[in-house]
Amino acid sequence: MEAPVIKHSSRSLVGRDAWTIPLEEIDLAHPGIWQANEYLPFLARLRKDDPVHYCAHSPVGAYWSVTRYQDIMTMEAAPHLFSSEPTIGIVDVLPQFTLPMFIAMDPPKHDEQRKTVQGVVAPNNLKNLEGLIRQRVITILDSLPQGETFNWVDRVSRELTTQMLATLFDFPFEERNKLTYWSDIATAIPGAGLVNSYEESFEILKECLAYFMRLWRERAAKAPGNDLISMLAHGEATKNMPPMEFLGNLVLLIVGGNDTTRNSITGGVLALNEYPQEYQKLRDNPALIPSMVSEIIRWQTPLAYMRRTAKVDTELGGKHIKAGDKILMWYASANRDDAVIDRPDEFLIDRDRVRQHLSFGTGIHRCMGNRLAEMQLRVLWEEILQRFHKVEVVGEPVRIYSSFVKGYTDLPVRLIAR
Amino acid sequence: MPRITLIEHNGTEHAVDAKNGDSLMTTAIKHRVPGIDADCGGACSCGTCHVFIDDAWLGKVGEPGPFEEPMLDLNPERAANSRLSCQIDISDELDGLVVRLPEFQF
Repeated sequence: MEAPVIKHSSRSLVGRDAWTIPLEEIDLAHPGIWQANEYLPFLARLRKDDPVHYCAHSPVGAYWSVTRYQDIMTMEAAPHLFSSEPTIGIVDVLPQFTLPMFIAMDPPKHDEQRKTVQGVVAPNNLKNLEGLIRQRVITILDSLPQGETFNWVDRVSRELTTQMLATLFDFPFEERNKLTYWSDIATAIPGAGLVNSYEESFEILKECLAYFMRLWRERAAKAPGNDLISMLAHGEATKNMPPMEFLGNLVLLIVGGNDTTRNSITGGVLALNEYPQEYQKLRDNPALIPSMVSEIIRWQTPLAYMRRTAKVDTELGGKHIKAGDKILMWYASANRDDAVIDRPDEFLIDRDRVRQHLSFGTGIHRCMGNRLAEMQLRVLWEEILQRFHKVEVVGEPVRIYSSFVKGYTDLPVRLIAR
Repeated sequence: MPRITLIEHNGTEHAVDAKNGDSLMTTAIKHRVPGIDADCGGACSCGTCHVFIDDAWLGKVGEPGPFEEPMLDLNPERAANSRLSCQIDISDELDGLVVRLPEFQF
């Protein structure tokens, strides 16, 4: 059977006026406005005029969009009504191409599986890795060209997250680009360039599994180490994990820890350039780094939404939702909701309650790697401030074609030494 | 005004005057006690205001509620005396309460 190929050629909202377009024409899942960076007015319109919005006609099928912070909180607190199964993306992938991952499971199975692996990215383990991560950050920053324009995404964001993943897995360092490749494959929309079908993606991910099985066997035969594979291979709850479950967890760790952090690294540079007074605040007071890291993560919102599927007929925001309906919780909108966040359209590195954002989601599915992400960004910015007066953006960023992963392929910058 | 003692993981003690009706989380935040993040602002949905209740006070503080239990359950450091401090309301009954903070919030 052929896997579905999603084409997003029509119905783009790019160039349309969010405030006059008929509500029924708003299709937030269409990647066009995300790539063009024109999504914010559409989110604002829905928050105001139709906060639980039904899109009946879309290339990806009918779905609801939930755009207010409190409505998303309500949904996240009710996994018995709003299921994470079968998947958390808008497209239903055929079951044979679906990996078992706890992000797409409900309790009790979700809880059991998450508990087996969450220790590996817990803060007490991260302490052991911080020194090594800092060394790698320093090597990358010290190798950057001074006084010439280069792509921050390639030279820093991508390189750094790839190296950090390699560090966390103790993955063969020269082959680290495989990790980024597998991550990109796992999130690729078939037909959008990288792969043509889910079948093709799955074949590539099987290579990923074979590679990691080899590492697993090596680590299992040695004394327990600090890396994630060794922890999984020796952990009481994980050492007998079936291969597909192992692959599912690996892909979750690779994707979860890769483009999300990568894009927050890029998004932070962009935000500080758009708000030079905030950059100055940071230079004047590096103690603001942890707070700024939270603000960067809110501002970027690396994953624009998570999907839930209604388990039963239910009601949300006065709308009747039928069992089986797809519902997208737009974190990218919640993070701009002025009912909860003061002056949400401003990037303020010292704002009150800076940690109160929904970029990590909330409830039982809240991002397991949130402390790892924050640590990586903190270490990076500590080292950037030691070296450079400014990472100056000197050209337009290029955003990726996705309404799920909010990311960049290019950000031209130039370094200004201290 | 109930007097509450919060003890950081490194042993630093904070004895603070709490206000009836505030949550224990809010009390800690108001007095700038480090070690409580409360990322969700008190909605029982992030698990980052985890505390350990002194054994002597367990009976008065009570058991986790139905929404709190699953959040606590996902915490690798969860212990028998774990609670989310946003779910504990301060009252005169808790005058003298002692709680310990974990090394990390998750």
